[in-house]
Amino acid sequence: MSKIVYPYIANSVPEIKERLLKKIGIESSEDIFKEIPEHLRFKGKMNIPGPYLSEYELKRHVEGLLSKNKSCSDYLNFLGGGTWQHYIPAVVDTIAGRDEFLTAYVGDSFADHGKFQALFETASMIGELVDMDVVNTPTYDWANAIAISCRMAARINGRRKVLLVGTISPGRLAVVDNYCKPDLTVELLKYDSETGLVDLNDLKNKVSEDVSAVYFENPSYLGFVEIQGELISKIVHDIGAEVIVGVDPTSLGVLTPPAQYGADIVCGELQPLGIHMQWGGGLSGFIATRDEKKYVAEYPSLMFGITTTIQEGEYGFGEVYYERTSYASRENGKDFIGTTTALYGIAAGVYMALMGPQGMRDLGIGIMQRSQYAMEILSEIKGVKVPLIKSPCFKEFIVNFDDAGKTVTEINRDLLAQNIFGGKDISCEFPVYGNSSLFCITEIHTKDDIKRLAVALDKVINN
Amino acid sequence: MVAKVRKNFQQAHWDEPIIYEMSIPGSRGILVPDPGKEIKERIKNPLNVLPTVMQRKDLPRLPELSQKHVLAHYLHLSQETLGSNITNDISEGTCTMKYNPRVNEVLVADPRFSELHPGQDEDTVQGILEIYYKFEQIIKEVSGMDKVTFQPGGGNHAVYTAASLVRAYWAERGKLEERNEVITTIFSHPCDAAAPSTAGFKVITLYPDEQGLPDIEALKKAVSHHTAAIFMTNPEDIGLYNPQVDQFVKLVHDVGGLCFYDQANANAFLGVTRARETGFDMCHFNVHKTFGAPHGSSGPANGAFCCTENLAKYLPSPSVEYDGKKYFLNFDHPDSIGKVREFMGTAGVILRAYAWTIMMGAEGLRETADISVINNNYLMKQLEGTPGLNYCFPDNGLRRQEQVRYTWEQLKEDTGVGTDDVNRRIADYGIEHYWTSHHPWVIPEPMTLEPCETYSVDDIDEYAAVVKQISKEAYETPELVKEAPHKSASHRRNDEAALDDPDKWALTWRAYEKKIKHLK
Repeated sequence: MSKIVYPYIANSVPEIKERLLKKIGIESSEDIFKEIPEHLRFKGKMNIPGPYLSEYELKRHVEGLLSKNKSCSDYLNFLGGGTWQHYIPAVVDTIAGRDEFLTAYVGDSFADHGKFQALFETASMIGELVDMDVVNTPTYDWANAIAISCRMAARINGRRKVLLVGTISPGRLAVVDNYCKPDLTVELLKYDSETGLVDLNDLKNKVSEDVSAVYFENPSYLGFVEIQGELISKIVHDIGAEVIVGVDPTSLGVLTPPAQYGADIVCGELQPLGIHMQWGGGLSGFIATRDEKKYVAEYPSLMFGITTTIQEGEYGFGEVYYERTSYASRENGKDFIGTTTALYGIAAGVYMALMGPQGMRDLGIGIMQRSQYAMEILSEIKGVKVPLIKSPCFKEFIVNFDDAGKTVTEINRDLLAQNIFGGKDISCEFPVYGNSSLFCITEIHTKDDIKRLAVALDKVINN
Repeated sequence: MVAKVRKNFQQAHWDEPIIYEMSIPGSRGILVPDPGKEIKERIKNPLNVLPTVMQRKDLPRLPELSQKHVLAHYLHLSQETLGSNITNDISEGTCTMKYNPRVNEVLVADPRFSELHPGQDEDTVQGILEIYYKFEQIIKEVSGMDKVTFQPGGGNHAVYTAASLVRAYWAERGKLEERNEVITTIFSHPCDAAAPSTAGFKVITLYPDEQGLPDIEALKKAVSHHTAAIFMTNPEDIGLYNPQVDQFVKLVHDVGGLCFYDQANANAFLGVTRARETGFDMCHFNVHKTFGAPHGSSGPANGAFCCTENLAKYLPSPSVEYDGKKYFLNFDHPDSIGKVREFMGTAGVILRAYAWTIMMGAEGLRETADISVINNNYLMKQLEGTPGLNYCFPDNGLRRQEQVRYTWEQLKEDTGVGTDDVNRRIADYGIEHYWTSHHPWVIPEPMTLEPCETYSVDDIDEYAAVVKQISKEAYETPELVKEAPHKSASHRRNDEAALDDPDKWALTWRAYEKKIKHLK
């Protein structure tokens, strides 16, 4: 056994180890591992870097690796497309970093009352943003939330086909495809390339008695607002299918909540509500529905409800309808549930509580002002076409470079040389829009940032 | 030394209002940066581009509080939560509640990580790509497997990834309809049944033999040309290592099936035994358990999914590769199952786990395994003779490994006090509620404890003393235990059935206000 005393292993002190072994009545751990047959034992020594036993050495080593990155704090960033750069209030980091929340797990709501209440409050605030009475604990991400929503819809109406908006991001679609494949057929709806909007004729042609649900987004992956929500919902409801709408909640201080234009199931992403991007690791999804048993019964997720306790006036919390879950019912539960992204859910709650109604309103207005300003400024550059899509945008918009004499790859490489992360290249994802990229503008961008981008782009294209 | 029992413990009990009840109209928690004069003058009415129907009419009804009050509210809620870094969390067996080092939180908060966008040019993310690549090499060493993905967002998600690979494997062979069964064992985690079921497979569950081990005779009867795969945990959640595990693999391989090894309980086997030597085609690790990353109140987590070379082509895309000079993302995987999560998974968990693992080194991982099994057997010894307490399959003569499934069946018979009562009472001594077991409770009145390498001899002695104390209370003053908790952040619920009643449940504050508040 090791002679090293490890700071993370309390009983690695040799004398203590001996004491424990003596008490158990064995010579060494081998007397426990004897249950593992010899031929199944690993005989070699694992080739693993380290040890970096002192915290200083460890930190220095890892920081050395991190110093090879250039982040959106170092460079001016215009990338969005599923992970977005927003300001994260210090209070959010303080709460998300608390050891109590950071290191809790599956304890019940007596000793972990705060965890239950915090997640209940997050659900309550999301419910207000989307105008729904039921919200689950977080899913892995938005894509996972779409997929679960589709499977929920299929269980509700027993149909086996879902129609998804054609402008969905390829990454999100890949997740939904994989998750729906065993039971459902996934088909994409056509869209009007001039407006980005759902092609209603195609929708009418495709809806039928075997369509379980139709999914569209607001704002869409390509940044525009789908303004035909009511019309789409009417068509879908007429054939008895479910309307699923995906949202970026930062838009909901200004955009109509999906429930008000017909959504039966709303899903979306929590990352822009106070969660660091972390190379895409900050994603966390949610699902919301009306408070009807037919919906609640189909969620695979844990769901926290408020109730009373034996103490007069005290709130208690507990798991709602636990039998639905695979934890309770194994393969007879709804899909499967596991450890997802609860801490991000808590962080998003803190963010929404800080922002309040006016904060979410100001956020939405400020983002739209900046993005419209950016479109105007960029449109003045020779060789740049923006807006390309004739629909209102929220925080993202397509910029076309067909007349710029350079590919998006070349333009982004040249912007990078000026310490700017240009928009996301969508020329392969959506060839219909030619040589284009998707730019993202949020409340972090100033007038000077936008002008700096314009100057840099002009230099890249026209010099 | 007499073990410390925190008889005078009292958890923070703030009687905290729901945040909506603290709302004072007009209050602001934070202000949003103003776009500035030039932008506002040029874009006076940004909402005008939206048709009226798409313009929100009312402000969202969020609470309105000053910043101090938001902070204080959530600090109160945090204090009403027992994280494993704070308490003696031997309790949550199967969950490996080890210490989560603070230095790793400093590292993930570094903007050179936290402010990385997944769409950045590869030249600007060489550091995180290198960490991914190197942690993959580490997991390959620990598992013996050939290729790893970190895209799954947790253990169950990795098991779903396994089920997706099994589908892709049989679909490619045109045999998905024939190979429609996945076999698992009842003491494997529920996801080993639920994830294959979600992926479209029929599930066959094996029950244990008289020793408590998976029944090989039952497997012999279950395997057939319908067997797509077996999904099994080892050691199972009751803490017994299945010494015939390679025979299970052989039986499944003999009928052409694939074998997935759920390594959620791998903490005590780092450097001791691996999926490779055991013959499995696939396995996974719960990175947030075994490799020192925090559980986050239930995520973000990560499920490292591993497989052999012949299945690697089905893995989620992209992979992280290295050409000798540069790290890069490889999207060229035409046979991939696609994606299970957007982008590259929970990168923060991987960064923390990489730091934890290289801090320990190979010898440290082996020490982790040694101390975990020693701690567990020491706790068993300390709990010996506790009235009303036994452990499952006590007469099989097999050494328990990293955890034990105990049973309070005798206590329940003797006193009427069951495991749910004990479990509430334990929180009165400053200890997190323990893990009973997943359902169904094959072992009656279960309690599953896992004193992993983090815990000191004093922690274990304290834990045993508290368990004995509660046993004593159950025999002498059973009502005290049945009515527990008394010193927790919250008390017993009045009406458990209300949580299953559509007329009474309330999942948001607005639902509560509509359905319940007016009844009071």
